[in-house]
Amino acid sequence: MQARKVLQSDHVTGWALAFPAVFLIVIFGIVPIIWSAILSFQRTNLIAPPVWVGLENYRALPKDPLFKTSVAHSIVYTVLFVPVSVAGGLFTAVALNRKIRGVRFYRTAVFVPVVVSTIATAIMFLWLFDPNFGLANWLLGKVGLGPYGFFDSVNGALYSIVGMTVWGWIGFDVIIYLAALQGIPQELVEAAEIDGAGKWGLFRSVTVPLLGPATLFLVVWSTINALQLFDEVYFLTHGGPGTATYVVVFYLYNLAFSQGIAGYAAAMAYVLFAAILALTVVQLLIGKRTVYYAS
Amino acid sequence: MTDRPIAATAHEVEHVRKRERRFLFSPWHLVLIPIAIAMLIPLVWMLVTSVQTLNETRQYPPTLVPHSIQWHNYSDVLRLAPFGRWFLNTTIVTVTVVIGNLLFCSLAGYAFARIKFFGREVVFVLVLATLMIPFQVVMIPTFLIVRRLGLIDTLGALIVPNLAGAFGIFLLRQFFRTLPVELEEAARIDGASRIGVLFKIVLPLSGPALATLAVITFLWTWNDFLWPLITIYSPSNYTLQLGLTTFQGAHATITNLLMAANVMSMIPVLLLFFVAQRYFIRGIATTGLKG
Repeated sequence: MQARKVLQSDHVTGWALAFPAVFLIVIFGIVPIIWSAILSFQRTNLIAPPVWVGLENYRALPKDPLFKTSVAHSIVYTVLFVPVSVAGGLFTAVALNRKIRGVRFYRTAVFVPVVVSTIATAIMFLWLFDPNFGLANWLLGKVGLGPYGFFDSVNGALYSIVGMTVWGWIGFDVIIYLAALQGIPQELVEAAEIDGAGKWGLFRSVTVPLLGPATLFLVVWSTINALQLFDEVYFLTHGGPGTATYVVVFYLYNLAFSQGIAGYAAAMAYVLFAAILALTVVQLLIGKRTVYYAS
Repeated sequence: MTDRPIAATAHEVEHVRKRERRFLFSPWHLVLIPIAIAMLIPLVWMLVTSVQTLNETRQYPPTLVPHSIQWHNYSDVLRLAPFGRWFLNTTIVTVTVVIGNLLFCSLAGYAFARIKFFGREVVFVLVLATLMIPFQVVMIPTFLIVRRLGLIDTLGALIVPNLAGAFGIFLLRQFFRTLPVELEEAARIDGASRIGVLFKIVLPLSGPALATLAVITFLWTWNDFLWPLITIYSPSNYTLQLGLTTFQGAHATITNLLMAANVMSMIPVLLLFFVAQRYFIRGIATTGLKG
């Protein structure tokens, strides 16, 4: 009787239902966070027993020229990728947010790249941007530009990756913006029209402020993802030509899994995490002061 | 301006709307057509190249229309690389991970939504915290844990750590809380167990949320690259994304076959996109996830 009562109690049932998922998340989510912090104070190649080195890994970071190069490239990539993809997404979403012929086709064209993997995208653009036989150079040649080396060129590789990833991500921004645009109350638009607002004035004074929360979300989210760029660099350029596309996560992966310098890589991962966290907090604080929330 | 009769203004607005609907051509086409072309060129060019001869891929200016369509490129891919095996591996991993997430996240999501158990709030915050950690921070220790479990270079390495996630728990918990609790209470009074209520009442009402979770998990697992790269070494255990990279290395110049392989690797996610577009859009609009 007593045992039956305990079994049926909410504490037991609650834990029994939550346990499988919580157990998995603790083992593969929580434990690694702590373990990674410990690794960052050690020298380890993941095979031999680790040696405790205190803050040595963190002290070595600012003296590492390749780390500085990688940080610089990650910043350049992020500073280009975030505004271009967010502004491009806004423009495309505004264009798509109307009842005109073929709008479903246009939307599908913009959405499809969202489901295409980073590697599949990279394979397509490797061919499109082929310096010798690529369609891109042929098309650009028609308007008197190029030829370009794209991923093979020291000066152009990082920009080529920006262009490619904007193609892959813009549909994501458009989906978010379209959802936000459809949430704008029609009365507000009509009221502004009655008050004599022109198209541009309406866009600037009504639409853009009401899209503030969506913009803030996209800027934060795109920044987080931009700083974690890896797949495309690994597959297309391996950080090259030279070190022209070395970015933080690519360097970190190489250190941990190719060169067996895992403690240093863990310290780098924590610095990246701290940078992402700090940037997110700053963006949210700026957002809090400038973004208008309707509800 | 402001003292005009409201009725006339409303009528006017309605009139303008009707006019817009009638004239379907709009200057916005001049903006949207170039955007659509730019978005489609890489995909169309991949499709065109995938049915060219090798010779045609090595000509400049590029061969825009192939002389004859080389469908056999697709079967050649299956012959030249263990592509079928990679496809099967990816399918096994993806389907198992989707089912695991649907099951475990439903159970946990329901517990967090409806059952007051000891430590619930603390555990929930811990679970949510894992959403904010970049994968690079946890990937080295996760690799060590998976190695300790003896799963390195097996499909288990790709399945076990991903069977449940904070994202799915959070998504389902939020949805379960929007359901009317009276239905569940009535069933409880009639003697149904918690599990019974979950499976007979809650889950049948949660189709849209479960579909969203399934579709997003499918997309994420199918397209994942970094984790398989770290944990899988043998070509026979590769996923498609890994297999595609070696294809590029080993057959660097066979562009037409590489494009055919690429097309085939995308078919499942594209199919899912067209069948479940609503859930894709909803999943992305509400949660903001892309692999």
